[in-house]
Amino acid sequence: MGVQTGNTLLQIAFLLYVSSLAGYLVFLVRQKDRIQKISFYLIAMGVGIHLAGMLTLGVTIKGLPVQNLVQSLSMAALALGAMFLYVQYKFNLKMLGLFAALILSITMLSALVLPDTQAPPNDAFKGVWFYCHILLIFAGDAALGLACGAGILYLLQEKGIKARNPGFFFKRLPSLDFLDDVSHACITTGFFLLTLGLVTGFVYAKVLWGHFWSWDFKEVFSLGAWFVYAVLLHLRFYAGWRGRKSAIMTIVGFAIIVFTFLGVNLFLGGHHQEFTK
Amino acid sequence: MPNIILIGINHKTAPVALREKLSFSIEETLAALETLKQHPGIKEILIFSTCNRTEILYVASRSGTVDTLITFLSGSKQISPSEFVPALYILRKEEAIHHLFRVAASLDSMMVGEPQILGQIKLAYRTAVKAGTSKVLLNRMMHKSFSLAKKVRKETGIGDNAVSISYAAIELANKIFSDLSTKTVMLLGAGEMAELAVEHLISHNVGQIRVSNRTFENAVALAERFNGRALGFEERVDALTEVDIIISSTGATDYVITADQVKKAMKKRKYRTLFFIDIAVPRDIDPKINQLSNVYVYDIDDLKTVVASNIQQREQETVKAERFVSEAVIKFRQWLDSLAIVPTIKALNEKMTGIVEMECDKTLSHLSHLAEPDKDAIRRMTQAIATRAIHDPIMFLKHTGGHRDDSLYLNVARQLFNLDMLENQ
Repeated sequence: MGVQTGNTLLQIAFLLYVSSLAGYLVFLVRQKDRIQKISFYLIAMGVGIHLAGMLTLGVTIKGLPVQNLVQSLSMAALALGAMFLYVQYKFNLKMLGLFAALILSITMLSALVLPDTQAPPNDAFKGVWFYCHILLIFAGDAALGLACGAGILYLLQEKGIKARNPGFFFKRLPSLDFLDDVSHACITTGFFLLTLGLVTGFVYAKVLWGHFWSWDFKEVFSLGAWFVYAVLLHLRFYAGWRGRKSAIMTIVGFAIIVFTFLGVNLFLGGHHQEFTK
Repeated sequence: MPNIILIGINHKTAPVALREKLSFSIEETLAALETLKQHPGIKEILIFSTCNRTEILYVASRSGTVDTLITFLSGSKQISPSEFVPALYILRKEEAIHHLFRVAASLDSMMVGEPQILGQIKLAYRTAVKAGTSKVLLNRMMHKSFSLAKKVRKETGIGDNAVSISYAAIELANKIFSDLSTKTVMLLGAGEMAELAVEHLISHNVGQIRVSNRTFENAVALAERFNGRALGFEERVDALTEVDIIISSTGATDYVITADQVKKAMKKRKYRTLFFIDIAVPRDIDPKINQLSNVYVYDIDDLKTVVASNIQQREQETVKAERFVSEAVIKFRQWLDSLAIVPTIKALNEKMTGIVEMECDKTLSHLSHLAEPDKDAIRRMTQAIATRAIHDPIMFLKHTGGHRDDSLYLNVARQLFNLDMLENQ
């Protein structure tokens, strides 16, 4: 019963995300603020219903609903949606909604069409360290995802200005400085959350298996992604890496994160595979 | 329809020298209005004068007023009629309304979509109100033109795109930097267009100004004008580490800033963005600089391309704006027609009948014990009360007297009884 209600709520959230995506596409062409606002509220409603759905599932399975691939994808989408609401509230970067709605729709569509196999009860999926590790990692990845979105918008705007042919996106996007600032703020937030997520993950591993590090593929790739962002932040601070270079590196960093989240579990295996069965 | 007339000259019909001769300052406008309002053939009048046009809009009560105004213009501006009459356009009734609405919507401007025109029209209107020469018709007409101009600005992209070189440069600067007030501009050389660009930047709250020129004296003079700092010409390269926007317009035959110089400067400034606006011909800034990271170079041809594409987009929006103008003219003509006595009396009767019927239906529905003949009697009585109540106002409207302004009383009646409700919606 609880699972059924939870899934229904997730389906409603998916419909809201898709409607929002349609709204943002209209906004991309028509540039009416009212359309952007409606699209934003559709995402906000979607996130609210999505959260209710995940809580329902969580209560039903008596734990965090990240115990298979479908639930993990859904949790990733929820984290991205919630983080988007915060970033949009803070920066009001209107076109970022198009990126967020697109990723939310694709992720939720995957979560809804993939087979939802029930995982057997597992004590490994319990405990404060586990909860902290999972929530921090998902929140950090969401912020870094939005940094990637802002980076893509930066490259689009920069391409037109550099080519001395402003083009389609010129009027639709804000200044390069602003896009770079939003991307940087998202990277800083994401990096901070990712760091905490990794640390809590090490502690959790120590509690569960008795050692901090086990050369698991996911651990290696996560650390790799963390290094990419650490280098990026370092270069930005000391060598003035900003703008185009920073935007490209943000996209590369997020590609590693997506591979870490999906590719490693699906193709390389390791003990994190449990979450994506 | 009332006899609304507009006579004037503008940038399309007269050269600047003639426009200058016929232009009115605020004080001159006030004095002219005071004189012209004494004329028995002129009921309402407004004078609108900018650097591109001088127009007189008025409501005439009899013919021959155009000649009166030509004589007045000739006398007050000390210019022979033969000099300006060929450049004059005289528009009547619907044509005059259409023209005013187009002017207010900035469709008749030299630079279509420029925002200043509305402010100038509002000023002309305030002056006429102050002189007591704008009454019912002009009041309504001007307010309609303001709301139309707002609608055009809001619902079309007519004012979105920069259509002058200096505005295009600022539009680009705004798409590169998020806050111009924290940026420093360096002016290299002292070309007229570069000065114009700096003036525009100052009006957009740019941070600080540096001026570098071969002749240091000129740099100092220009820097003083812009409240900035003068630099020696040889200091320009070092200054690249601290300025953000460079507007160059020297008469040099070679590049005054090279790619190598910028490359070194970028390292020192930790790759913070640099924007070069090269207005000089031949060019001052090495175009290779545009290949460097976080550096953007726009020369005069690039800016012209931006302006040309903006003009093209603006033309598309103009079609939409012209439609809004035509709609507004039709609505205004309908309102003017409603000011005739018969439509107003008809509307008044219809309103009263509607109220009586509605209230009777409401009350009689609760009085079911009454017989039909009794109900009919009540209906007749209430209708009679209403007819008697509006009899005197209708008689007054029919005979306002030749010395009074019919349109004023008709307009007041329409407002008192809210007869324009549908039109206003």
